[in-house]
Order: sequence, then structure tokens, then C-alpha cells
Amino acid sequence: MRRLAIPGAVVLLAACASLPVGEPPALSEQDLIEIHAVLKRDFHTRGIATMARLEPDAVQRACNLHHDHPPAELAKTLEAAQLKAIPFPAAGLMGDWRNGQKLAQSGIGMQWSDKPGSASGGSCYNCHELSPQEQSFGTLGPSLRGFGKTRGSGAEMQRYVFGKIYNAKAYNLCSQMPRMGHSGTLTEQQIKDLVAYLLEPGSPVNQ
Amino acid sequence: MSFARWIPAGLLAGACLAATAQDARKEIEKYQQMIADSSPVELFELEGEALWKKRQGAKNVSLEGCDLGLGAGALKGAYAQLPRYFSDADRVMDLETRLLHCMTTLQGRSREEATKRVFGNEDRLSEMEYLSAYIAAQSRGVPMAPGTSHPREKAAFELGRKTYFYRGGAWDFSCASCHGEAGKRIRMQELPQLFKPEYARPVVATWPAYRVSNSQFKTMQWRINNCFQQMRYPEPGYASDITVALAMFLTATGAGEPYRGPGTKR
Repeated sequence: MRRLAIPGAVVLLAACASLPVGEPPALSEQDLIEIHAVLKRDFHTRGIATMARLEPDAVQRACNLHHDHPPAELAKTLEAAQLKAIPFPAAGLMGDWRNGQKLAQSGIGMQWSDKPGSASGGSCYNCHELSPQEQSFGTLGPSLRGFGKTRGSGAEMQRYVFGKIYNAKAYNLCSQMPRMGHSGTLTEQQIKDLVAYLLEPGSPVNQ
Repeated sequence: MSFARWIPAGLLAGACLAATAQDARKEIEKYQQMIADSSPVELFELEGEALWKKRQGAKNVSLEGCDLGLGAGALKGAYAQLPRYFSDADRVMDLETRLLHCMTTLQGRSREEATKRVFGNEDRLSEMEYLSAYIAAQSRGVPMAPGTSHPREKAAFELGRKTYFYRGGAWDFSCASCHGEAGKRIRMQELPQLFKPEYARPVVATWPAYRVSNSQFKTMQWRINNCFQQMRYPEPGYASDITVALAMFLTATGAGEPYRGPGTKR
């Protein structure tokens, strides 16, 4: 009903505007340089969120240039470099799932409002379903419900989960998942606790 | 014969979850209707009007001489045609950027003083928030039509569009990391694909807005600032070109929708 009240001229004007509305752009080398320069000019350090965070690394560059679909060779090379840099603990990757659960629930950390040196959460439930007891979960990432039950919890799986949480880009270069260890968000012990939350048979995730 | 026993448990759980999300949405809608009659936004508009007319700054004048694009002091429909290019400032400006310009030029206030407290809290809104409520309300029923013809307006749109998809910061996020795919949520919060007109239209038609969950009134400058905070970026400057470019991108994408704000958010 309300639409009928729009003057025809306005609708026509909107239709005539030649802006590329609704379409994702392709980002060129030049675009990346320009956007980086604008960010450096218009942003400022606040608290723990420093300007150093705006320096792009090879992963971000490749994903931006290739719209999250880099050529297979490039992806393989960069993934291997990310994997090599993961400091896997020598042994004992299973932490305490109870602490892991708290970390999965917590979305704090890394924001300019957070105190320097304060512990971060894992923000897991923001994007993933995990325990069937928690109905408030996001859907940006895949469901991880019953993760250990369906995939097992052996040494290989523990290593994979630790690595994936530490640096998701080592396994899928343009994954939307933050590199929780690589970015300094979570500590080794925290990631071990999350490994247990996902894999321990007694964890609510596997009930 | 019962088919129910053949429905996989996951489907049932999915149905229950969908019901939970739907219930939550219904509850919010109900609450929105409930508070519509006694919306605090009207009080904010009145306070904004008083601030618009209040003499301030070194020049001891009100903002009534401020030109938001339709002439000095003209407010009817002014918000709906922002952001746009202003030749006197040689910049594309959104409402808050333009107001800040008027505060520093017309009223002779320092930028530092005028931006000391741009985001308020539940105890007291900021001057910018009161003014935004007052001015935006006078575009109700007017289709959103930001400037899209001037080369600088086109450039702002293009910068906003490209930045929306640019991944960076501590967590490798772009705007599209969350607002890129259809039907996604963070926790229970649904995420609009803001680069698509059908999602951008209802959004630009209802900001600035009253936020029920924390009893605060929020502007588009705050919305963009808070997104970058959650993306773990450093802070964007208030009324900086990058924030105006993103506002331009969103508003031009949602153009044509009659303004019906200031709205009510979760």
C-alpha cells in the first residue's frame, strides 16, 4: 500500500542511477592499495586494538584478490606455510572440556574495550552449534554437534582440531573462521580445553 | 500409520529451533508494537528540537541556519536525501558528518568539543543522537534517495562497496564475513545481506533507532563503529570518509524505501 504513495519520478530516478547495486565487486591490486591507505588514514589505535592489525598478510591478500577462491596452487602453498607455523604441543592435546565449554560460550576478547592482557573467549557459539543443551547458536559455521562421537577422538583427530582452531587458514585458506591461536586470541591451554570440549566422550557436545 | 516416527531427530530438533527463533521474533514484534504507543523516540525528538534551536559555540548561534542539503534550516525530507556531496565542504557527508560541519563552522565550536561524547548511554543520549532523532523523524514517508550522480558520490559508493568485501584486521573479517550469505545468524541474531537491496531497504529506512535491549538510541555512525569493534579492527574516526562511504553504500543500496524511522531494534 505504502509503495503506491511513492511518486513515480522517484522510482524512475532510482532506476536510472547507474550504481552497481547488489553485486559484489572484484578487488584489484590497486583496490587493495587504495583501501589500505584509506584505512590507515581514517582509523586509529584504541586500547588493545592497534593499527598494526590493519597490515594485511599473504593470506588476506590472496583471499581479497581472488574473492575467497584462490587458484589451487597458490592456496596449497599458503596453506602449507600456515600449517608449518602452528606450534603443535608435543603431546597431550586434550584439556578440560568443562573449561572448554566456558570458552565456547564466551565472546569477549580482542576488542578495544577489553583490558590489555585479559583472557579471551573462543566465540564458538556465535557461529557454531555444539552442545544440544545450548539453543542459542549461530549458523555462520557448520554444526559441530556430536563432533567427537562421529569422528573419533584419537591422536590424529586431536591434532587436526588443535590445528584448525589455532589456524583455520592452514586447512582452508579463505575460511571465514578467525585464526584463534595465530591471532593471539586464545592460548595453547585454552585451545586444548576446546579440543576436549569437541572430542571427549563425556563432553555435552557428544551427548 | 504414523509418519512422525520416520522423521529424523535432527529434523525435529531443527523444527523446534525454528519455532524458538520464530517465537523470539514474535515476542520482539509484540514488544515493538507495545512500546510503539509510548515510544521514547518522541521524547528524544523533542530534546533534539531543543538542541537544534539552542544557541551554542563561539558564535552563539543555533543550528537553525544549518543546510542539510535542502537549504538553511530546511528539515522536511532532508535526512532522506543523505548522504550527499556538499560543495561548501567539498565532501560527501552523512547526517552526523554534516551536523558536525555545522557545529564547527556555523557555531564556531571546536571539533574536539563537538565530538567529545558522540555516543551516549542509557542514562543520557548524546547531542548527536538527540539531533539525529529529531531530524530523521522529519523524513517519515519520504523515499530514501541519497546523492548518486556527483562523481564524488559515485566514488564514495564504490569505496564503501569495495570495503564491504575487503577482509582484514585481527580476525580476517570483512563486512561480508557476517553479512554475506543469506539465512545466517550470530547466536539468534539474523544477519541481513546488506549489499542486496531487499535486505538494505528495511535497514536504511529504520536507522537511527531505539535499541530495546539496552534502552539506548543509536545512529548509523555508531552502528558502523560497533561493527568494526566486533570485527576486532582499530577504531574508525567519527564522521571519517570511510564511515560515510559505508553509509553511502548501504543507503544507496537500500534507496527507494520510504523512511519510517527512527525505528525500534531488538
